[in-house]
Amino acid sequence: MATWRLDGWLLGLLALLMGFGLVVLYSAGEQDIGLVWRQLARLGLGLGALMVLAHIPPRFLQIWAPWLFVLALLLLVATALFGVGRGAQRWLDLGFVRFQPAEAMKLALPLMLAALLSRRPLPPGWVDSAIALALIGLPVILIVNQPDLGTAVLVAASGFGLLFLAGLRWRLIMLMGAALAAALPLAWINLHAYQQNRVLTFLNPERDPLGQGWNIIQSKIAVGSGGLTGKGWQASSQSHLEFLPEPHTDFIFSVLAEEFGFLGVLLVLSLYAAIILRALYMASRCRDGFGRLLAGSVALMFFLYAAVNIAMVSGLLPVVGVPLPLVSYGGTSAVTLLAGFGLIMGLYSRRRFMDGV
Amino acid sequence: MPRAPSAPVRDEHAELAVIGRRYRWLVAVVFSVLVLLGLRFGKLQVVDHDLYASRSEDNRIRLQALPPNRGLVLDRHGRVLAENLPAYRLVIVPERSPALAETLVELDKLVEISASERERFERQRLRSRRFESVPFKTNLSEEEVSRLAVHRHRLAGVEIEPYLTRHYPHGPELAHVLGYVGRIDERDLQRLPVERYRGTSHVGKTGIERQYESVLHGQPGYERVETNAQGRVLRVLERGEPQPGEDLRLSIDLDLQLAAVEALGDEAGAVVVLDVASGDVLALVSQPGFDPNLFVHGISASLYNALLTHPRRPLFNRFLAGGYEPGSTVKPFLSLAGLETGAITPHSRVFSNGEFRLPGHSRRYRDWRRGGHGWVDLELALAESVNAYYYQLAVELGIDRMARELALFGFGRATGLDLPGESGGVLPTRSWKRATFGEPWFPGETVITGIGQGFTVVTPLQLAHATAALAGRGRTAAPGLVASREPIQMVAHADAHWDAVFDGLAAVVHGSSGTARSIARVLSVEVAGKTGTAQVFARPDDDEERARLATRELPWHLRNHALFIGFAPLDDPRIALSVVVEHGGGGASVAAPVAAAVVDRAMTLGY
Repeated sequence: MATWRLDGWLLGLLALLMGFGLVVLYSAGEQDIGLVWRQLARLGLGLGALMVLAHIPPRFLQIWAPWLFVLALLLLVATALFGVGRGAQRWLDLGFVRFQPAEAMKLALPLMLAALLSRRPLPPGWVDSAIALALIGLPVILIVNQPDLGTAVLVAASGFGLLFLAGLRWRLIMLMGAALAAALPLAWINLHAYQQNRVLTFLNPERDPLGQGWNIIQSKIAVGSGGLTGKGWQASSQSHLEFLPEPHTDFIFSVLAEEFGFLGVLLVLSLYAAIILRALYMASRCRDGFGRLLAGSVALMFFLYAAVNIAMVSGLLPVVGVPLPLVSYGGTSAVTLLAGFGLIMGLYSRRRFMDGV
Repeated sequence: MPRAPSAPVRDEHAELAVIGRRYRWLVAVVFSVLVLLGLRFGKLQVVDHDLYASRSEDNRIRLQALPPNRGLVLDRHGRVLAENLPAYRLVIVPERSPALAETLVELDKLVEISASERERFERQRLRSRRFESVPFKTNLSEEEVSRLAVHRHRLAGVEIEPYLTRHYPHGPELAHVLGYVGRIDERDLQRLPVERYRGTSHVGKTGIERQYESVLHGQPGYERVETNAQGRVLRVLERGEPQPGEDLRLSIDLDLQLAAVEALGDEAGAVVVLDVASGDVLALVSQPGFDPNLFVHGISASLYNALLTHPRRPLFNRFLAGGYEPGSTVKPFLSLAGLETGAITPHSRVFSNGEFRLPGHSRRYRDWRRGGHGWVDLELALAESVNAYYYQLAVELGIDRMARELALFGFGRATGLDLPGESGGVLPTRSWKRATFGEPWFPGETVITGIGQGFTVVTPLQLAHATAALAGRGRTAAPGLVASREPIQMVAHADAHWDAVFDGLAAVVHGSSGTARSIARVLSVEVAGKTGTAQVFARPDDDEERARLATRELPWHLRNHALFIGFAPLDDPRIALSVVVEHGGGGASVAAPVAAAVVDRAMTLGY
């Protein structure tokens, strides 16, 4: 246990979630077994990253945090300058591999903030809070401009979450809330037209029932028609008739809800709850402030992923293109998230067994 | 634990306690959000389940449009001019074709597919849902149908669908009358009522097909069908039959139409035959024609280009939009104006010495016969087409009065025939010239207007209509292909005036010196007529006899247009016609024989 720094409980829960996810993916991806294999390969890669990160000493992370952050920031700038992608510039093509620097930032920003704040007395003072906010703002602005609103919101939220954990003063929190409310109209003007459309359609899906509103309406029909027990595996008419867009990526939870019903939804929600609570428990037991802040923020990011996606497919949030963590088809976020769990496990394994904090 | 030397003394225990408190907050937030999500799904899946279940069912029930059958177009005796023939088309349902790219490659080997058809397929595929069939190629040949049937098992999602396609059995002969239907395009979508065109791919683009689109089209029906998970139709729940378009009976007589086409032969030109009393259009020809069937299935760019750039312009509708100088065909109408105003009487005479000069002007206006026609009265002036007589008359009438009198016969404005794209011609006046060219009217221009030259522009349809008004002694109906119209008195003149002009026109054909006397022997009935020659290329010498000799030496496109108007039978006119032979040379030698053949056929047909 002391040398093999993994957590059996968490690994078991993650395996359950991923296993169930592959089952749903097979159905949502129109029975394409190749799709399942490719997803399995990505999850394998993610588990590899999990192992590696679990064994990196926290001190090492703490020292390298600023450099990793600067590197991730430079990659984001490079993406803005030389990036590729249809419609949005999110990918960096290095010739032999393409990846999204925004994914790296999802871990680099919490690392940086945790390293910064844990060096200073907690809770952070005004100056430290301001510095932290600036560090959050820089990458978020770059990601919003790609444009990738979903990722930007997640990166920002994980940063604020970390600040919150660090004990950011309530007064400051309320001040920021007020500032955010004031800045909303400004942000609205700077959104791309398709992003504005998504928000408007979210507020009133019937505004454009065949276009932007289609996704939300059809997703709700898929979910609602699933009922208590669902239509059965591979029997989702909504996704197979292609009323549902992207059934194997962003809207895979609708397929799950349609095929496995409310009971299936409760099962998966419970799995997510268990994973998040276990991760938060582990995070709260880490050795020091750095570990607790970093691990907590990573767990929080996982929670946000799940909550935003599930709220999105059930019509509680606008369609922002956030995948369902570890279930949606697609590689980069799964690798990042599993790597994050590696961090949590590594930090937790180095906890103080005597300390009763 | 090592610390940075500059760090202040820290109470680690208190700090971790802060984080611990915040963790409790976080857990509370996480827990409540998850509960909220659970409640949300409970609401959607349990409370509102029935609502969404029925909406999901609705997704399985589809409304598909049943396009109406287009009405037929018939001639006056019920012979079919435009019909609907069964044909086969190849459609692809993308959803059922998992390897669409490979299927398309496979199809390429089996059927010939043009780049534009391919492009249209791709465009339509992007617009349709994956379970909707998208046409890939229409009007398959029998060979293609059988070849596809053999390879069907390898072509998932490919279907051969029967449908009806528009066909014109007498395509080129009636192309400019019927027009054609073509694929509905973006522009059509803007003017058409979308709900009446669900499931319809073609719409009338020109001619009768366009003019009577709303009559021919009909009302679409619908079918409410239930589909299985693959979108395949399981059963029809409800069906509303489409209401076919009405058949349209034209006034055209197919026999006469074909006779007129044959009479024109290889010449470019127009023939219009009208029923004097009713205004019914009996024959309506613009040559060369084109095959409208080519446009139904989408004409290839190269073929279309060839039609567009052909020197004889087969796509140009000559009877409707072709503007020609009337030449001497204007003389009978001016004669009536002269009689009415007292400028001439049937017996007043003018001396033709071969040339005419305006007092105080040096320019000479020639007669076509060298040395002139001598003393001529109205009958001889018409029979021999004596220019001097009409130079004199024009000067006496003046340009504005000529225009007023000619307007009574419908010149200078569209006749209102029920076809799109009619041109109104030009009837020049002083004010017209000032408005158009910003110049005053010159006296010399009045002189040549008297023999139908200068600015006057008429269409073959206008000429025929005016001739019908002449034949009916001022009384005829507006020309029409479908609706029956009431005859109206367009012009009122004394009977003696009509008689005088009729005598002159009869002498054109039957008189010993008439310009069209050569056709008299082939005619079985007495015909009144008038020849005309419209200049295309102004020669320094407009001697008609010599011009005819020189014609053969001129390039085709510079030769004069030949015109003829006439009506028959002389004592009880029932049909009126106009003939224009583009670059035919002289009206007497080229246009008159065409008219004779058409009149002859009309008489044997019982008109």
